[in-house]
Amino acid sequence: MIEELREKVKKLLAGGDVELVIGWEKGSQPLSSTPVFIDSPEEADRLVFDSTCGNNPAVYSTKDARRLVKAGKKVGVVVKGCDARSLSLYVAEKQVKRDNIVIIGVPCRGVLDSDKVEELAGGREVLEYSEQDGKITVRGKDLDLTFDAKDVLSASCLACIYPDAKEYDIFIGEARDGKPNKEQNAAIDEFEKLSSEERWKRMEEIYSKCIRCYACRNVCPSCYCNECFVDQNDPQWIGKTPEITDTMIFHIIRNLHVAGRCVECGACERACPMGLDLLLLNRKAAREVEERFGYVTGIDSGEKPAMADFREDEKQNFIMG
Amino acid sequence: MKDWQPKILAILCNWCSYAGADLAGVSRIQYPPNIRVVRIPCSGRVDPLFIMKSLQSGFDGVLVSGCHPGDCHYLSGNYVARRRFAILKPLLEFIGIEPERVQFSWISAGEGERFAEVMTKVTNDVKKIGPAKRLVKGVQK
Repeated sequence: MIEELREKVKKLLAGGDVELVIGWEKGSQPLSSTPVFIDSPEEADRLVFDSTCGNNPAVYSTKDARRLVKAGKKVGVVVKGCDARSLSLYVAEKQVKRDNIVIIGVPCRGVLDSDKVEELAGGREVLEYSEQDGKITVRGKDLDLTFDAKDVLSASCLACIYPDAKEYDIFIGEARDGKPNKEQNAAIDEFEKLSSEERWKRMEEIYSKCIRCYACRNVCPSCYCNECFVDQNDPQWIGKTPEITDTMIFHIIRNLHVAGRCVECGACERACPMGLDLLLLNRKAAREVEERFGYVTGIDSGEKPAMADFREDEKQNFIMG
Repeated sequence: MKDWQPKILAILCNWCSYAGADLAGVSRIQYPPNIRVVRIPCSGRVDPLFIMKSLQSGFDGVLVSGCHPGDCHYLSGNYVARRRFAILKPLLEFIGIEPERVQFSWISAGEGERFAEVMTKVTNDVKKIGPAKRLVKGVQK
């Protein structure tokens, strides 16, 4: 698979089809690969792809590679399913032009949750990582463990509905279709069965742990505002301390800002130092958007984003009759 | 708590609901004095943050009201607002905010009677569920 990817990228760069390819290379940490910018065919051999490739390369098409994209040059982006959804969202939101990007899909088996690996390693440092046929092996000093991939994959990946790109120019291997996910819906349904008081208590439990580090916002591919509402201080809408109501308002409003835009990559949960269950609210919003407006984020870059669009004959049962 | 009266924030659009309130006033229609009005250019101006902030600052209920669909002074402001509220409302219920706390309605400039009705209904709804405790800054449980 990786050989095929490197060959394709080499060909693209040598033929002048793209100026730059954004992908992953082996990082300095064994459990995390680093984004890499490849601009010549010789360097294509640096590319890797495995479960350590958690970073979303799509974000660089609107940040670091923006100048190239703006100048009308083509940029190739190697994407997992969730990254591809981000990219489609950027196109729909006019952050990049579809003509300026070449989407190279890779078959994703899910990305690692390093917390899970570290827990299983029992505090021993992981120095080496390898994977084969759904088995993951980590090695280090006094450490040689092999486990099933599903024991160490990110929770959001285990519940992934679109593991492979829907929209792509090149796909390495065979792209799988999206699948309906029952687990996600079941978790929401279960939560909805609780009484209003219980739900509130549960939410307070979750968000009282938040330390307001904004790691979730910073890592989120859909959060790209130049100035976030929590950073504004004139007027200052929201307190800066981890006071519970401020924290909850931050999370609710952030959730509304990504409603119909969340690609459910789970980067927020992986980045969260407190291990908060952040996707529950996001998925609830995504489900509302899908049920009400028939919109699924990042599937069709030609479709107008749900919250920027409207239909005149929409259901309005929540409005006082 | 016998004498407790709810404080309700009514966010009204300039072109319809605010004029509806005006009509209710000049027509001398009675409605509960629990509302505090904020006039905004259009219901499309309402950021969900305004609603959250009002609850946090101690309002017991929030009502957002704009022009009827199709009547927006800016043509599509209330349609955009409707999508926003359509997500906000279930989400607030999901996290455990009582549905009566945050309500939406359409009131035109000619509906003074209806304005009074809506204000009465919202006030009664909020009276029924009591003072806001969730999401209010500084409230000890």
